[in-house]
Amino acid sequence: MIVAEQKALEKIQEMIKPYKKVLVMGCGTCVTVCAAGGQKEVEILASTMRLANQVKGTPQEFAEKTITRQCEWEYLDGAAEEIKSSDAVLSLGCGVGVQAIAERFPSVIVLPGLNTQFFGLPLEQGVWAERCRGCGDCKLDRSAGICYIARCAKSLQNGPCGGSVNGKCEVSKDIPCAWHLIYERLKTLGQLEALDEIIQPKDWSPSFAGKPRKITREDLRITGKAKA
Amino acid sequence: MNEQKVVAEEKKPVQTVIVDPNFEPQIVALCCTYCAYAAADLAGSMRLQYPANTKIVKLPCSGRTDIIHILKAFEDGADGVFVAGCEEGSCHFVSGNFEARRRVKRAKQILDQAGIGGERLEMFNLSAAHGARFAEIATEMAERIRKLGPSPVKNKAPQKAVTA
Repeated sequence: MIVAEQKALEKIQEMIKPYKKVLVMGCGTCVTVCAAGGQKEVEILASTMRLANQVKGTPQEFAEKTITRQCEWEYLDGAAEEIKSSDAVLSLGCGVGVQAIAERFPSVIVLPGLNTQFFGLPLEQGVWAERCRGCGDCKLDRSAGICYIARCAKSLQNGPCGGSVNGKCEVSKDIPCAWHLIYERLKTLGQLEALDEIIQPKDWSPSFAGKPRKITREDLRITGKAKA
Repeated sequence: MNEQKVVAEEKKPVQTVIVDPNFEPQIVALCCTYCAYAAADLAGSMRLQYPANTKIVKLPCSGRTDIIHILKAFEDGADGVFVAGCEEGSCHFVSGNFEARRRVKRAKQILDQAGIGGERLEMFNLSAAHGARFAEIATEMAERIRKLGPSPVKNKAPQKAVTA
């Protein structure tokens, strides 16, 4: 899932300052699971800002709305009335959600309440870690299911580097060396010979470094719109 | 500029105390049914006096406390809030009181950020046999809030949540 973190309250307050009626909008998918922008976070943030405004005497109205997904037109359309009737939308969705609102509602001001961080998983309640960079050319078959692009600080294709000490990365003692993990897992699987093969330079063209990416599936497009 | 303004307003309640010596704080007590709620009941049976403005909300466990419950209490005009759970190691649900403590800690930070002041919120641990302790906690909290003065949220135009 996409993992995000809420921006500092002062930054959010600064952003929404010029607007009287602000819709705090949550997303019920990834950011709900990573406790950054779900219904609960919307309620807490709106309540905090209401309290802060009452203390300061700032007149500002906060509406609250959380939809299933901010990144799909259908769900956004369901909230069109609330979105259009506010002076600004403070989106607690990821960067995709914010942009989807901007794209669907050209005349609406939309502001990001979160800093979108990475594709990751919860290691335990309250702890999330990066697992994928969306590089567009998955090589997990070559590395025992452990991604060296996302988990090695240098994204080394043939590791480890000399900075790996006792299974930890030289960047931080809290970061496990991805190539050490790969070695240990290959050993468990009895496939250590896989390391003898040098992984050839990666094709970065389908990755984030190339161009804005797009996938089109003609078989899935609604008839009439699809081009043969 | 804004920071100075907030600081100035935070000092305001202290001045209000001098102006209004009859201030009676409204306190919301989020009480676990297995300890604090039973202790409050016992305090009553023992005819112990504690501030009448302590409004008790019965919870199945102090771990049911959510940050939003605390914030809503302040939004609706509470001057102080306390969460009372079982003694450490005695939670009916093993760790609910520890979870409540962590949430209270976070809520204190939020209240500080909002300019309400985290000191208006506290977490206590007691057992069902502590009737006298409950009365003591309620009195202690009332005294603390009396010194701090009314919540800075009070006397302002209420801003109700608009559920879109």
